[in-house]
Amino acid sequence: MKGLDQIFISTQHALAGLAPAPLQPLVSMVLIIACLMSVFGACFALTTILERKTLGRMQNRFGPNRVGPFGLLQPMADGIKMIIKEDIVPFSADHALHFLAPLVLTVPIWLAFSVLPFGRNMTAVELDAGILFFFAIGSASELAVFMAGWSSQNKYSLVGAMRAVAQMISYEVPLVLSSVPVLMAAGSLSLSDIVQAQSGCALGWLPHWNVFTPWGLAGFALFLIAAAAESNRCPFDLPEGESELIAGYLTEYSGFKYALFFLGEYLGLFAVTGLAVTLFLGGWQAPAAWLEWVPSWGWFAVKFSAIIFLAIWIRATLPRLRMDQLLNFAWKFLVPLALINLLVAVAWLKTGTWRFPAAAEVRWLLGASVLAIAYVCLGRHWNGPAPRPRQYSYAE
Amino acid sequence: MLGFGIIKGLAETWRNFIGSYYDPARLTTVQYPEQKLPPNENARTIPFLVFDGEDPMAGLRCTACSICAQECPAHCIEIVKDTTKKPDYLGKMQFYPKVFNIDMGVCMACGICAEVCPFDSIKMDRVFELSSHDRGMVLQKSDLAKPNDYFREIHPTEAAAVDAARAEEQRKAEAKKAANPVLAKS
Repeated sequence: MKGLDQIFISTQHALAGLAPAPLQPLVSMVLIIACLMSVFGACFALTTILERKTLGRMQNRFGPNRVGPFGLLQPMADGIKMIIKEDIVPFSADHALHFLAPLVLTVPIWLAFSVLPFGRNMTAVELDAGILFFFAIGSASELAVFMAGWSSQNKYSLVGAMRAVAQMISYEVPLVLSSVPVLMAAGSLSLSDIVQAQSGCALGWLPHWNVFTPWGLAGFALFLIAAAAESNRCPFDLPEGESELIAGYLTEYSGFKYALFFLGEYLGLFAVTGLAVTLFLGGWQAPAAWLEWVPSWGWFAVKFSAIIFLAIWIRATLPRLRMDQLLNFAWKFLVPLALINLLVAVAWLKTGTWRFPAAAEVRWLLGASVLAIAYVCLGRHWNGPAPRPRQYSYAE
Repeated sequence: MLGFGIIKGLAETWRNFIGSYYDPARLTTVQYPEQKLPPNENARTIPFLVFDGEDPMAGLRCTACSICAQECPAHCIEIVKDTTKKPDYLGKMQFYPKVFNIDMGVCMACGICAEVCPFDSIKMDRVFELSSHDRGMVLQKSDLAKPNDYFREIHPTEAAAVDAARAEEQRKAEAKKAANPVLAKS
């Protein structure tokens, strides 16, 4: 099974070995880039169709089922449609910025994939500060979104972009704060080290993943909520709330530029999902020793798809938040909870030296109860006092 | 508490997700070109001309009175009267249309023509797959003529009322003829 686990690495080495020696680093770089772009491009196409079908089923509809068997060729039809559409640039738009915005959105997101460990030894660039690089490059999408909204010279685009920037900046804080405990536990900023730190078993049967600790569970939930907001997913998709803003910052985009925004949005979701898998679900680690015959990249794919399915499920369930609710939720609920989570994580790490019987269970219960109390107390007041029942003077 | 409603909602969508694969009654979608709903009797789309008997051109009820053409808000009906007269179902001599065209590209399916027709000749059809690849949407007299049996099939209630009224008129005309043969001859 060693061969299957390392099949991509060995193939890459074999193919790069065919090139003359001075060109070998370049060839292997190009191979990695092509592999990442094709795999996640295909992933994007597959996710769009599966998302539409799952959403349909969750709303008791069929979803797309016309193009190809079970409608599986729908992404091709969508792609062809997007490419042959006219690319309209508004007369008064800032043409340069309008052209650059989709590129500025997609390129950093592709870069973010370079530090994620997709399997054993399968990291494109081994950075010591990988997670720092990820968050730094991920915040470039705010710039792209505002470029798109500003350059369109359209009030809907501008309002959508301002909403998007406010949302992304607000949710970046809980996103980073909820991943800090993981860094403290692993003692490293490198994503490969974080995965390594989650190997092995606690109590003999529970995988040593961060999600199975109280701070990890809370952090995972916080991270997923903040990640949904970061990638403009439902229920935080109000930058493009079509009922009030047409399509937000996408209003003036058409044709392939629109497709690029769409691609960027999904790739952002994939990248942040990959990071969630790496930080909280043990990355490419198998959940138990006897399951290690499944290749490591297979485990990554399984966990990755599970979180993507969760995102689709949530999209099918929740309505959109209001703007003030959105910001209140970030600043009055997620950020305090993430800070308390940080304290719980510190206590957890400091009490790792406890050696009395059932110490692990006591630590677990203590941490979980502190977080539960904080959750209940914060959850009661994050959106201000409940509105009084409306008084109707004339309608009685 | 915060989050319970979300969990309830997630459970509901999950039930839909699983249930839609096992319980076809959940899926209310009619997959149109393959499946069609049984047509509704009250459906009214575009006008057509009713004829009695076998031959569409001989049995056309239309007398080219042009009331429909004048009432039509979209002016989509074009009628040219024939020069000769033919007896109608009561034995009266009537003009017949030489040309009867309806431009379906202009017709807005309001049904006023069918309402004003005193001869129960123009009625509303039930067909709805009318899209075409060209602009040849001007229907001729021969395209519009449909037998009375078709009318009975698509709008049974209305057709029965029309048939009964026409039979009654016919009976009265017969009785009048029998009572006063001189008047009937003129």
